[in-house]
Amino acid sequence: MKEPTTLVVAGLAVLSAGTYAARLSGQLLRARITFPPRVARLLEAAAVILLAALVATTALTEGHGFSGFARPAGVLVAGVLAWRKAPFLVVVLAAAAVTALLRVLGVS
Amino acid sequence: MRSIRRTIDRRGLADIGLTCLAVFFIGLSYGAIAVASGFPLWVPAALSVLVLAGASEFLFIGIVAAGGSPIAAALAGLLVNSRHLPYGLALPPGVTGRGWRRLLGTHVMNDESVVFALAQPDPERKRAAYWACGLGVLACWPGGAVFGALIGAALHDTNAFGLDAMFPAVILALIVKDLRDARTRRAALAGAAIALAATPFLPAGLPVLLGLAALVLTP
Repeated sequence: MKEPTTLVVAGLAVLSAGTYAARLSGQLLRARITFPPRVARLLEAAAVILLAALVATTALTEGHGFSGFARPAGVLVAGVLAWRKAPFLVVVLAAAAVTALLRVLGVS
Repeated sequence: MRSIRRTIDRRGLADIGLTCLAVFFIGLSYGAIAVASGFPLWVPAALSVLVLAGASEFLFIGIVAAGGSPIAAALAGLLVNSRHLPYGLALPPGVTGRGWRRLLGTHVMNDESVVFALAQPDPERKRAAYWACGLGVLACWPGGAVFGALIGAALHDTNAFGLDAMFPAVILALIVKDLRDARTRRAALAGAAIALAATPFLPAGLPVLLGLAALVLTP
């Protein structure tokens, strides 16, 4: 570790405190305002959109570029299985297995 | 814990258990990468307990290891973690607990606990699933990170086992139920497309938030 320990501790403190604040502030906002049912549904849809965007970026990208084919292929197989109501265990293990198999075959 | 066992069925608990196991394995690679990048064990250990948000910790370690300032790394990590604010808005009140329990209930908010909560039909089961997954991740993420840091060099490339595909697969499996609704699906696909299109140009974390623009598609 090249950086001085105190600076790393400061960064760690900023990241933990800020993350806790992000976790807390949404809830406080929600408790303060009574949302009509329509808006409450919209907020839940917002979470689904965020999670879908997270799936897409973690499956397809690495840093600012493309992750390679193996990982998104595994996630795609998992998505198809989940859509066809396969058990959760099968879905998640299939993702890892397909990705690992493709890498064994030389597909990155 | 007894109330958790009463309210979620065995399959639900098994799903949460498997997710926590996946988190443990990702934690292993995280701890190993951290020590391989030259950090002492306490850095990934403290980050995993106090931040408890994987993607931002990988980013923090990566930036500092590359010679960046820890403060800049923390700010980049905060950008990644800003999605927890809309998560807090989406959770019905009471899911994260009341009184002093809420201090801990707030800390265990993460992608997995939120998605398991949203997948449950009623407030009581949402709360039970949220806590079971949240506490499981609180045990498995730091546990994996410390174990990974200890075995460090002995651990080969965990990507070889396809472990990196497990996180998106877990989240996808859990939102599939919502994606059966055509309007939600349209908005989710648009959000994913926006995030992907923005990834080459924006710092990590922002593309996902930008995906929220797709909310206009859910009338």
